[in-house]
Amino acid sequence: TFRVTVRDALNQAMDEELERDERVFLLGEEVAQYDGAYKVSRGLWKKYGDKRIIDTPITEMGFAGIAVGAAMAGLRPICEFMTFNFSMQAIDQVINSAAKTYYMSAGQQSVPIVFRGPNGASAGVAAQHSQCFAAWYGHCPGLKVVSPWSAEDAKGLLKSAIRDDNPVVFLENELMYGVPFEMSEESQSKDFTIPIGKAKVERQGNHITLVTHSRYVSHCLDAAAVLAKEGIECEVINLRTIRPLDVESIETSVMKTNHLVTVEGGWPQYGVGAEICARIMEGPAFNYLDAPVTRVTGVDIPMPYAKILEDNSVPQIKDVIFSVKKTLNV
Amino acid sequence: MKTMLAIISNALCRITGRTVLLIDLSEYVNVTSPAAPALAATPRQPPKPPPVSARASAAELVSAQSDQLDRPGARVVVSRSFADFTPQASFDIKKCDVHRLEEGPPLKAELTREQGLQYYRIMQTVRRMELKADQLYKQKIIRGFCHLYDGQEACAAGIEAAINPSDHLITAYRAHGYTYTRGVSVKEILAELTGRKGGVAKGKGGSMHMYAPRFYGGNGIVGAQVPLGAGIALACQYQGNDQVCVTLYGDGAANQGQLFESFNMAALWKLPCIFICENNQYGMGTSMERASASTDYYKRGDFVPGIRVDGMDVLCVREATKFAADHCRSGKGPIIMELQTYRYHGHSMSDPGVSYRTREEIQEVRSKSDPISMLKERMLSNNMASIEEFKEIDVAIRKEVEDAAQFATSDPEPPLEELCNHIFHNNPPLEVRGTNPWVTLKSVS
Repeated sequence: TFRVTVRDALNQAMDEELERDERVFLLGEEVAQYDGAYKVSRGLWKKYGDKRIIDTPITEMGFAGIAVGAAMAGLRPICEFMTFNFSMQAIDQVINSAAKTYYMSAGQQSVPIVFRGPNGASAGVAAQHSQCFAAWYGHCPGLKVVSPWSAEDAKGLLKSAIRDDNPVVFLENELMYGVPFEMSEESQSKDFTIPIGKAKVERQGNHITLVTHSRYVSHCLDAAAVLAKEGIECEVINLRTIRPLDVESIETSVMKTNHLVTVEGGWPQYGVGAEICARIMEGPAFNYLDAPVTRVTGVDIPMPYAKILEDNSVPQIKDVIFSVKKTLNV
Repeated sequence: MKTMLAIISNALCRITGRTVLLIDLSEYVNVTSPAAPALAATPRQPPKPPPVSARASAAELVSAQSDQLDRPGARVVVSRSFADFTPQASFDIKKCDVHRLEEGPPLKAELTREQGLQYYRIMQTVRRMELKADQLYKQKIIRGFCHLYDGQEACAAGIEAAINPSDHLITAYRAHGYTYTRGVSVKEILAELTGRKGGVAKGKGGSMHMYAPRFYGGNGIVGAQVPLGAGIALACQYQGNDQVCVTLYGDGAANQGQLFESFNMAALWKLPCIFICENNQYGMGTSMERASASTDYYKRGDFVPGIRVDGMDVLCVREATKFAADHCRSGKGPIIMELQTYRYHGHSMSDPGVSYRTREEIQEVRSKSDPISMLKERMLSNNMASIEEFKEIDVAIRKEVEDAAQFATSDPEPPLEELCNHIFHNNPPLEVRGTNPWVTLKSVS
């Protein structure tokens, strides 16, 4: 096996896809000569040059629109937002120009583009730089929204996203960039991809299902380890994709465990957990629930700066453990 | 030749009430025309018709539909051949104001008879199509947004005359004219407006979302199409195919921040993008003086060179666009064109268009600067075509538009099975939630 950080896995994915298809190119702020604001695109400019790795001015609406136009005219751009907070400046291009066009044109005009960048809370970057956009983008038909956790997720899903002929919003996490993971043998193949729209069961368990995405998969696995010592076996599902949501995997698990807790970093109202609750109620798994679904989410406030406040604004492992026990009524 | 003779013979049939057989005499007449005069001067006199030919048997029958040669009253008449019309002429066109350019487009434009008739046909088709849309909207057969282009025809026709079919074009929501010049039939445009399955977007797009190869709509969000156009130009440059992208926007969109972001990147990277501001003087109900601190839209690109063009003159638009395309193709980077034009209708069908401008103003433009009239008068006064020919073209266009409207009102709406299709491209079928949990709909690519 190979020990690879999420950052390097993303880098590998882009490198391989740039090599494979000359229509693929990367644009965004600092992606070229700076090697990427978070060093995700390190070495790519040296290898591929100005034509394929393009530094843009600080004009999100403009360069996101340019990326979408290039995708319409036959190229396959990767548009990086330094963080997804800045994508709000360009969100009209993502939704109205990219997501809706295939439908409005009745299939004449496709938009094979990837929007990627770090999403959600970081460390000490305060309110304007910490928002999670999974729910916002996950709301829109015409988009695929992906949220990897591990290095293997990152590589396989990014390759799939780049090869996908549709607009994909790829939500990374800055705090995960430096985390190393074991990667399988097959993940080193240049054609290794992970299908978009399929969740993965990271840990099997019989007593309760934990559904989560991105960084909080780690929290759930850590909580599951602690709970296992008390005899509670958690099944941890890594969503991998926000839209389309793999409801079947969740339902299969809930029909086995009869209990469900969702864990996310974003705000509760109209969030990913809220959607999962609604879907479970509408499907066969509802009758298997022995308790209402519990959502563990970020606190419903703009992100504060002071460390003690910030730490208490996002789910911690103890919050997951507490919620599991409450749901199981133990 | 055959078509022209058929048209003329039909006209003569109607005028004389008699069956008419026209002989194509070009093999008997020398049709090489004299060199085009430097300035089209006085109209030439038609030659006296030669005596009735006894070679009827050798004639090519050109008016076959209702002619019966064995009927009494069949006459052999000789038509006016092309040698009677001025085949080509040179016209003075208005000088363009320039910004950051040493010189502008030429002050004269060459026009051949064929080109003139073609531009006339295109502009008249757009005009009649838009007026038909107006009618259908008032009958409530078209609904929602409908932004009409009548008055601005010279822009769409002139631009298309100057670029190649392999070039690219994107515009905003006043898009029906461009949809036509970029190759979509009147029938498919009207059927899209009426929301039928025979529409160019199968009824799923509507007025503002029509597409064709190398035509990227039809865009509803003001200004959003400008970065898209710059991106299409990037793709042209990236692929090294010597193509350009024409990116249109209005005087209302000219103040959008994303335009300036696009100008910056296009200039930085020398993208082959022709940015064109169709200045029809009003952004919805707000005149340009009330919206823009600077109304010199051709200068608003600052470091991007610009030209200001008479947008009511199809030849001026054509020459300016040729100039701009050469500029881009030679690797000099983007260029801005401001076309000074005018729309007769209000902003959309819900705007009568007279609360913020006077009827006198509209009438003045119609009588003095109408693009179609201007071209027609130029051609007539230089004997490049006859009034009958124009009338014939008008009749043919009226029929085309009428037939298209007939189709657009009788074609069925898209089937409900289509509702969820075209969400994703090259994707396995997926399920889409309906309005309630018991309704799951199918979506295919």
